[in-house]
Amino acid sequence: MPKLTINGIEVEVAQGTSVLQACEQLEIEVPHFCYHDRLSVPASCRMCLVEIEKMPKPVASCAQPCADGMVVHTDSAVVKKARKGVMELLLINHPLDCPICDQGGECDLQDQAVAYGCGCGRHHENKRIVGEKELGPLIKTAMTRCIQCTRCVRFVDEICGTPELGGLYRGEKMEIGTYVARALSSEMSGNLIDICPVGALTNKPAAFTARSWELQKTETIDVFDAIGCNIRVDMRGNDVVRVLPRLNEDINEEWINDKSRFAIDGLKRQRLDRPYVRRDGKLVPASWNEAFAVIAEKLRGIAPNRIAALAGDLVDCEAMFALKSLVAALGSPNLDCRQDGANYDVSTRAASIMNSGIAGIEESDAIVLIGTNPRHEGTLVNARIRKRWLRGGCRVGVIGATVDLGYPYQSIGTTPQGIADLMFGKHAFAAILKNAKKPMFILGAGALAREDGAALHRVVRELAEHFNAVREDWNGFNVFQHAASRIGGLDLDFLPQIGGQGTRAILGGAMEAVWLLGADEIDVTKLGNAFVVYQGHHGDVGAHRADVILPGAAYTEKTGIYVNTEGRPQVALQATFPPGEAREDWKIIRAFSEVYGEALPYDTLDTLRTKMFESAPVLANIGHCEKSGWSAFGFTGEVSAQPFAPVIENFYMTDPISRASATMAKCSDEILPLWEAAE
Amino acid sequence: MNDAKPQPALFSFSPDNLARAEKIVGKYPAGRQASAVIPLLDIAQRQSGNWLPQAAMDYVAAMLEMPPIRVYEVASFYTMFNLKPVGENFVQVCTTTPCWLRGSDEIVHACKRKLGIGMNQTTEDSKFTLHEVECMGACVNAPMVQINDDYYEDLTPELMDSILDALKEGKKPDVGSQTGRKGSCAQNGSTSLKEKA
Repeated sequence: MPKLTINGIEVEVAQGTSVLQACEQLEIEVPHFCYHDRLSVPASCRMCLVEIEKMPKPVASCAQPCADGMVVHTDSAVVKKARKGVMELLLINHPLDCPICDQGGECDLQDQAVAYGCGCGRHHENKRIVGEKELGPLIKTAMTRCIQCTRCVRFVDEICGTPELGGLYRGEKMEIGTYVARALSSEMSGNLIDICPVGALTNKPAAFTARSWELQKTETIDVFDAIGCNIRVDMRGNDVVRVLPRLNEDINEEWINDKSRFAIDGLKRQRLDRPYVRRDGKLVPASWNEAFAVIAEKLRGIAPNRIAALAGDLVDCEAMFALKSLVAALGSPNLDCRQDGANYDVSTRAASIMNSGIAGIEESDAIVLIGTNPRHEGTLVNARIRKRWLRGGCRVGVIGATVDLGYPYQSIGTTPQGIADLMFGKHAFAAILKNAKKPMFILGAGALAREDGAALHRVVRELAEHFNAVREDWNGFNVFQHAASRIGGLDLDFLPQIGGQGTRAILGGAMEAVWLLGADEIDVTKLGNAFVVYQGHHGDVGAHRADVILPGAAYTEKTGIYVNTEGRPQVALQATFPPGEAREDWKIIRAFSEVYGEALPYDTLDTLRTKMFESAPVLANIGHCEKSGWSAFGFTGEVSAQPFAPVIENFYMTDPISRASATMAKCSDEILPLWEAAE
Repeated sequence: MNDAKPQPALFSFSPDNLARAEKIVGKYPAGRQASAVIPLLDIAQRQSGNWLPQAAMDYVAAMLEMPPIRVYEVASFYTMFNLKPVGENFVQVCTTTPCWLRGSDEIVHACKRKLGIGMNQTTEDSKFTLHEVECMGACVNAPMVQINDDYYEDLTPELMDSILDALKEGKKPDVGSQTGRKGSCAQNGSTSLKEKA
């Protein structure tokens, strides 16, 4: 543990800490551009120069490891002069176009030029011009502004695992680019916008729409997958301008995927902004009272056990809790939150969540992915696995389709036979698992939706126990959900009650009335002649089939709790208002219950939550993963020899919001073919 | 000109070149095969007619298990790799100080006049491309040009004309000093080691 003195303050840091990191620990600001704490260190921008006694010249602090007895100065005259010099050189070719630059106001170069630069420039020569680069539908370039810090090159190389950016040509002609004019193939390329310290890479869909200081910022939770990424929604007026990641080391670190970031234009299209009622085969606008009256009349004429409710993938816990209470009040036992038709044992919470946690991936030394493509089903989990693999000492095996995950892995077959091969030591990967200290098994929720899903669930549980992945200090049995509402639904027991029917029966034409709460990923033709109420925010599959449409709120428009795949409840905050007459979902259900004459016992979100926490105490533990007991769960049954099929056909269009998004449509056109070509 | 020779869709080494490439890759330890990228690009450039189509770089990348962008970085860094098609005779005129003092301006002028093209251009018949380059280390026999792999030294505008004429007719002019100077002897014959000269 080296001990050093920085600006007269003595500090002891871990071996291998750089001087810049030591300064940050002391909250001493050292300006920098190329250094990023999650990327490798090129020490190329020279902005982080500091003075270290007994060293002849100022030193780049990002690449200088701390040593015992070092005496560092970050605010001496030498350092100030050196910074001024570096800044002047950086600005030689940087255009003075801040007034028309989208980065203006949140630009590292701008801020640091003000704080550490000279008041004026001395260069009279022409600045160099660099042509724009084609990086696809998400990233707009202004390469003349580039200061060649190479953060973007390192990001796609190290974090994404899709090395497509590079430093081309040389000297004054050096440019950052792909050489081939085509879109970046990474599904998290949007993060380049955040890590670019200047305005060279900016948000293409949001170009020239707003200044950073005019935006209203709401810290909330993402719902496009079950990772529960922490995001910040930036609004101008009632429009979502952009979505940015928030730091959460346990979940998304500081990244989000491109769907979370760019699908937001879908929030303005295809919206349901007023109730509709089907009359003579046509959906016609109606008032709330008319819509409620139609539903109430219809439901009164139907036997309770012929009424059912299905919850979709983007639904908050409050709405599901309210609907569950309503269905109970109607006297029906038929409800399910698993619209994919999965029917596996959920008797203990550990059977359906990611027990090790997302951060737990970094501790594992052997990972087996079963029937899942984490790159599409939860990009940030895939990024975590890549990060773990990059550090070395971790092997990855895949049972399922061979796809490009951004890191090498061993294929253990494409069918469930691979599980048996591991169990009985017939595959070489079994030896790796046997010697692993913390083996991990990640079972995709898509695999659980198969006909033999319930049996697969059991054999994977047995596999995990066989390799000692479940013990006091480590639980490597992970079910990897891809729907934001799923664990919340399971926690609320939004499942068939005693004598009730689940998704498969509900979609078997057995019901006379079905309430779809944002359930769109279903085959609506299977609903038969049922009377369908669709409550949701987009005119998608469910709404087209509906007999009554109740316009709800999308995730940015309501306050709600979502539980991520680790079983971590998080609160999403309201950033904007639902359009037109649309309302928050729990309020709609509460209002209907009163019309029906079975008023639910809560009028405010707080009283609803109090009731909800009474029935599902685990949801009250906001921000934390609750450990749960282990049991020998799983149903017996035959496991078929069917190969695992991909769960997500098109990563960019998985739900009503992204299907309505023009940006996501462009991504499907331009980026998906690149993936198909690579696989 | 670039339109006349579009990027070919496919590239692969000829059997001879493949053997040569494999021998070069074999010089490096396993897992370090990327070290062979420059010699392999050189072989690819020679095979493709003195330029590197993208397909050739992709081929080398695949052979060395490198991401293609890493190969593009190398190929675009080194000026001796041509990323655009060039004529059959790639004329590189040195205009650095020693050659300039010895009249490289006139050599450039002679080339332009003879070929009817400017710098960085290629003749209609794709026979010649003219480039201006920095010192190629033959200052003692300045001015000089390099055409493909050969140096032509001690040039005058007339000699330059005759070299270009010969190349036009498909002949191969004598390489090296055009005034018959041996090696880097003084202009008026050797002043020492006379027996050997």
